[in-house]
This record gives sequence, structure tokens and C-alpha cells, in this order.
Amino acid sequence: MFKIVEKKVLGQDIKLFKIEAPDISKKAKPGMFVIVKIGEKGERIPLTINDFDPQKGTVTIVFQEVGKTTMMLGRLKGGDVIEDLVGPLGKPTEIENFGKVVCVGGGVGTAVIYPVTRGLFQAGNQIIGIVGARNKDLLIFEEEMKDFCHRLIITTDDGSKGHHGLVTDVLKQILAEEKIDRVIAIGPTIMMKFVVKTTQPFGIPTIVSLNSIMIDATGMCGVCRVNVGNETKFACVHGPEFDGHKVDFDLLMSRLNQYKEEEKIALTTL
Amino acid sequence: MEDKEKKPKRKIVPNKTKMPEQPPLERVKNFKEVPLGYSEDQAVEEATRCIQCKNRPCIEGCPVEIDIPDFIALIAERKFVEAARKMKEKNALPAVCGRVCPQEVQCESKCTLGKKNEPVAIGRLERFIADWERENKMVQTPSRPAPRGKKVAVVGSGPAGLTVAADLAKLGFGVTIFEALHKAGGVLVYGIPEFRLPKAIVQAEVDYVKSLGAELVTNAVIGNLYTIPELFNNGYDAVFIGIGAGGPMFMDIPGENLNGVYSANEFLTRSNLMKAYLFPEYDTPIKRSRNVAVVGGGNVAMDSARTALRLGADAVYLVYRRSREEMPARAEEVHHAEEEGLIFKFLTNPIRIVGDEKGNVKGMECLRMELGEPDASGRRRPIAVKGSEFIIDIDTLIMSLGTNANPLLPQSTPGLALNKWGYIVADEENAATSLQGVYAGGDIVTGGATVILAMGAGRKAAREIAKYLS
Ligand SMILES: Cc1cc2nc3c(=O)[nH]c(=O)nc-3n(C[C@H](O)[C@H](O)[C@H](O)COP(=O)(O)OP(=O)(O)OC[C@H]3O[C@@H](n4cnc5c(N)ncnc54)[C@H](O)[C@@H]3O)c2cc1C
Ligand code: FES
Repeated sequence: MFKIVEKKVLGQDIKLFKIEAPDISKKAKPGMFVIVKIGEKGERIPLTINDFDPQKGTVTIVFQEVGKTTMMLGRLKGGDVIEDLVGPLGKPTEIENFGKVVCVGGGVGTAVIYPVTRGLFQAGNQIIGIVGARNKDLLIFEEEMKDFCHRLIITTDDGSKGHHGLVTDVLKQILAEEKIDRVIAIGPTIMMKFVVKTTQPFGIPTIVSLNSIMIDATGMCGVCRVNVGNETKFACVHGPEFDGHKVDFDLLMSRLNQYKEEEKIALTTL
Repeated sequence: MEDKEKKPKRKIVPNKTKMPEQPPLERVKNFKEVPLGYSEDQAVEEATRCIQCKNRPCIEGCPVEIDIPDFIALIAERKFVEAARKMKEKNALPAVCGRVCPQEVQCESKCTLGKKNEPVAIGRLERFIADWERENKMVQTPSRPAPRGKKVAVVGSGPAGLTVAADLAKLGFGVTIFEALHKAGGVLVYGIPEFRLPKAIVQAEVDYVKSLGAELVTNAVIGNLYTIPELFNNGYDAVFIGIGAGGPMFMDIPGENLNGVYSANEFLTRSNLMKAYLFPEYDTPIKRSRNVAVVGGGNVAMDSARTALRLGADAVYLVYRRSREEMPARAEEVHHAEEEGLIFKFLTNPIRIVGDEKGNVKGMECLRMELGEPDASGRRRPIAVKGSEFIIDIDTLIMSLGTNANPLLPQSTPGLALNKWGYIVADEENAATSLQGVYAGGDIVTGGATVILAMGAGRKAAREIAKYLS
């Protein structure tokens, strides 16, 4: 049993839970994730850790309500408990002083790029942050990101705030103008795919975090398999972060859509 | 001659007392257990078949050395409570073993009666007595011995881990079981289907182990949440590793990542652990497919195929590259699957999986095989017939090719010796690993084996751990 000690609504359907989980908080590092399951009949879903505080013994997750499980999760209140929380899982982000790094966060992915950005900043990197969302109501972690970015650029698809357009527009311009040593992108799969396309001509190492469907998340079932450099990898144990230039994003997107019909059926039982 | 006059020779009953089971056409529509178990009278009838021979070879055939003739004699006398107690002296999970052990190659293969007739149905009697005890609420927890002040961490709650935990708790050691999943039981909960091993029974066995004083911590992935050295730092005096055989194998052929291609582990975990056969009442989905192929010839393949049949598939094919004779699956399981409508495609080897424009599997290209000379395993090696390619139309494919060692925990344990396949090296006799105070047993040592062998390894490890800590 894991108690939700704080709940915040960050934006349209985007919620934050700070959860009491002392042992997980001690081991958590940027880039790692947890598995969440609610109720006896719930499914197991992976959520990347947004923050962790070993002193207070908490881990924080941020999620957008997109399916039955995240909607049920969203209905929980501060003080409620989550039955099953497993973690920290996956390999942490590789953090060292690379030089000048661009951190790209899209949608709820911004909550996840935040600890990565902080880690890279603390390791001495020059950080340019790009945070994108469909509209200003979906923008999250803008303030927090400011603290760890030497420069932060906001983009919205509808122009309601910041640059009117996509994160890749801004990224392309930066890459054309300055020497960048590394790019890290976390957000919707389609965004990561196009970030990788953008950095490819420049030959810049680009790390992405893959959000495959998972069950056990310990390497036992293989549902999370992704194709990286023409090799099958398990996102849960070999990732979730991979070299974006090697990832087969079309396969990932197709696999993420496997249960679209069932997801609709599940919503009718909510 | 003399003997005959003194004691009239008991009449030998040549065949096992039949156990009622659900008829095939009915059971493929549900997930309820297939064999229904003996009634009291049937059990007594079967128990009286045992001739109580002097040399008791059946015990030798049992990896945990249950006093088989003794518990059978007690059943014959209708002393069911005593029979159950007798069995529990040696086996903490009899309701499980009575259902899933391959008795035909263990105890029953040694039965004296079995030389000329059918052996005594030891497995069915074991199941009967365990069920009888549970259903009649006669399960008794032994009184707890005085605590010994030493603590043991057991990693993994499969049959190996549960056995170690039960044995050490009974001796008064403090025991904590750490399990990565949200439910205890290992393969018993995530792999073996409900229709062969009802999950309520596994739960009852887990509860029994807990009632002995063992503490269970679920959602604890050792290697991540705590490492083995950290467990020692946290006050444990010894560690047992029983993490099972782990990860799925694939064939490495084109199309294996298409939608609709499952590992047996995934397919069975969805259905069993996550109860996807009850979707949408349970949240985890599973594809309700029309044409399913299962690749493999072992028990796991049978479980996958029979699960697919119950999920409502029109046709389920078992694709195996050798012939029926070479199949490693138990004859009983093959028989059950056949009765339920499984279609066998022997001497058939997949070479490519074909997808549609949406990335869903729609067919599997195969080659026909012929059997050549015996290979290292003693089985005749399958050889491809040139130009025999053909396509089977399917919308789901389940790869059941065995498992490989999961590196997650070994990688985080410096100094733990592994063999070249990544399994943990542990002494066969005393379960000791290369690290002091760390013991291992079950599938993570042997590779995929059986429930009872994992329990046997657990028993040995418990004995050694007790010695080590005394
Ligand atoms: C589908 C299927 C059907 C089978 N049918 C039969 C049968 O009919 N009869 C038979 O005798 N045998 C059968 N077997 C084999 C049998 O189930 C296994 O040999 C037996 O379960 C092995 O026991 P174990 O305790 O070694 O491991 P497991 O049962 O695999 O248990 C290991 C446990 O450890 C946990 N774990 C793994 N890593 C970690 C970690 N890092 N931290 C914490 N916990 C961890 C796992 O989640 C799991 O719960 C079958 C196997 C399968 C897959
Ligand atoms: S989620 Fe099961 S292996 Fe990755």
C-alpha cells in the first residue's frame, strides 16, 4: 500500500501525485520508471518518475488521463492509497558532462525530462530547454524547467503561448546556429520520431525514452519489445532510453496501438 | 506357499480408479478445472489398491521423499486428517503437486503394482487429501517454535522460494519473501492456467506458508529496490535466490515483432496473473483471435494452446518441428489438448511471419521437415524439405520455445558465479553459491524444470541455511 501524500492538477487532465514510497525514493534516478496497478482487477502500467525525495521518502509521478487506468488513477485523492507500486525500474539516464545539451519535452513528457534536465545541469552541462504542448493549458513544468535551463523556449501548436509551432521548428534553428553535443527528447512517440529526424542530418547523438506497453517490467514477458539498430530489445530492462537514431518508431507506434479497440471497450466499464 | 495360507493374498485391481473430468466440449468453453478430483469413496477405493509392499520404491521416485505408502494407508483407513498431516511433514504444497507433478516419471513410475498393472494413482490421492483438508477446514498450523533471532531473505515466491520459507519458518528463523510481482506463487500464478491449477488453491498454499510466520513483501524487484549486499546490510543473515527461469525466447525470424505475436510468457501472464480472460471485468486485455498458432512442443505450449481454445479461437494449431514422439509435453496434457480440438502440425518449422499493412500478423510461412539422425539430445534431428514452403493463415502467434536466465538480479550481485547460459551456479547437494551465505535453487539454477524439483532444491537449501546459521 502506497499513500498519495499530495495531489495536484497541473493542466487539462494532467495530474501529479506525490506518493509515500521511502525505499523506491532512495533508489530512484532520472529516467527510471515505476509500474502502477490500482485495485484487484487493475492492469499494470508504466509511468516514468517525475521526481523523488529520499529525505521525505516520496516519489512523484505525473500522468495524463488517456485511458481507463489513468482516469481511475486521476479519481484518487490525496490520502488515498495505491495498492501496487513497483520500482524503480529500467536503466537511469546516462548523466555526464557532455557540453551543450538540448532537452526537449513534449506534453506530459516534460514532467519526465525535468529530472533529466536537472541531473544534466548539475553535471555541468550547458542546457537549452525546449518545452512544447498543444496549447497553453497543457504546458507543464515550465517554471521548474527554468531553474535548470540556461535558455528555455516554449512552443505551442496553436500559438497560445511562446513560439507558434512545433518543438522541431525551434530545434532545427538551434542546430543550424550552434554546436550541440547531445539532444534528449521525451514526449509523444511521434514527437520523438521527428526530433530524431531533425537531428539526423547533423549527426548529433539523440536519446529518447520509449513508452512501450509493459506488464511485468522485469524482462519476463517480452511485450515491451522494440527494434533498436535491427535488434530486438526489451524497453523495460534494456531501456527505456535508447539511441534515437537506431529506433524503429513506426514499429513502436504500431505496437502501442495494438489494443486500441480493447481500450475503447474498457472505457465503457468506467 | 506358506505365506499364502497365513494371509490370503490381496486381490490386485489392475486399473486406476477413474477420476471424473469435465467433458471436452464443455470445458473448452470455460476456465474451470478439467479433472474434478476423487470423492472420499473413490479415494478409499484407490488407496486400497496399494499393496503396501516392503521396499517402498515410490518414495525414492519422489524428489521430496513423501512417505507415500503411509499416507495412502491412512486414506484406506479413512483417517483423512492424519493422512494430510503425514503428507505435510514432507510437502508444504500438496494440492499443487497433486495436480502438476509428472507422477508418471516420478513416484508412479517406481510403483511395484505398476510393473504389471497400472500404478497406484499417487498423484490423484495426493490431490484428494490436500483438497479434503482444505475444504473441511482442517488445515492446521504447527505451533511456532521459539524465534532463533536470525533472519533469512528469500528472493522469489515460486515453489522453490515458498519451500525454503516454509521450512525455515518452521524451524524458528525469521523469513521474509521478496517477490517482484504483485502476487506470490511464481509460475504457479502467472504461468500455469486456472483450468490446471486453480489460483485459489495457490493462494491457500501461500497463505499456509505465511501462517507459519513467513513475511511476504510483494512488488519488490531485488537487484533494483534492494541488492543482495543491501539485504545483508539490512539485517538478513542469509539469502536464498529462487527467481525462476525468467525471460522468453524468440526464433529470430522476420516478423516476430508484429502485433499478435506473443511469447508464451506474455500470453499466459495476461490470461492467468492479470485475468485477461475476464476482460473487461478485469482491465488487462488479450486478443480474442480466430486462428492461432503455437510454436513449440512442451507443456507450456500445451497450456498456451488450451488457453487460446478457451478464449474462443476457431482453430488452434500446434506447430512443432519434430514428430509426436519427440514432444517433451506430458502425454496426459497432449491427450487433453487433442480432445479439446487442438490441431497438430508436426514436422513443421516456421521461417517467416507475414503481416498486413497495419502491422498485424496474418500468416506464418513454414517449411516441412523430415527426421534425420539423432542429435545430442538423443532425439532425431529435423531436416528441412527443400521447396516445401507453405503459409498458415493466422491472426495470433504464440512462441513457446523455452526461457532463458533473467540477468537483472545477477548483474547487480558482484561475485555471483553464473554458468555460460547465465544461470546461477549452485552446489547440487547444498545449494551454496559462490557467495557466502547466499544459496540458490529452482529454475534459476537448473533452467526450466518442474515444480517438485524446485521444491526439492528449496528443501536442501533450507537445511543448509539452518546449518549455516546455527
Ligand atoms: C506455463 C508453464 C507450465 C508449467 N507446468 C508445469 C507442470 O505441469 N508441472 C511441473 O512440475 N512444472 C511445470 N512448469 C515448470 C515449473 O512451473 C517451474 O519449474 C517452477 O515453477 C520453478 O520454480 P521456481 O521457484 O524456481 O521459480 P518460479 O516459479 O519461476 O518463481 C520465481 C519467482 O521469482 C520472482 N522473481 C524473479 N526475479 C525476481 C527478482 N529480481 N526479485 C524478486 N523476485 C523475483 C518471479 O516473479 C517469480 O514469482 C511449468 C512452467 C510453465 C511456465
Ligand atoms: S514488460 Fe515484460 S519484458 Fe518488458
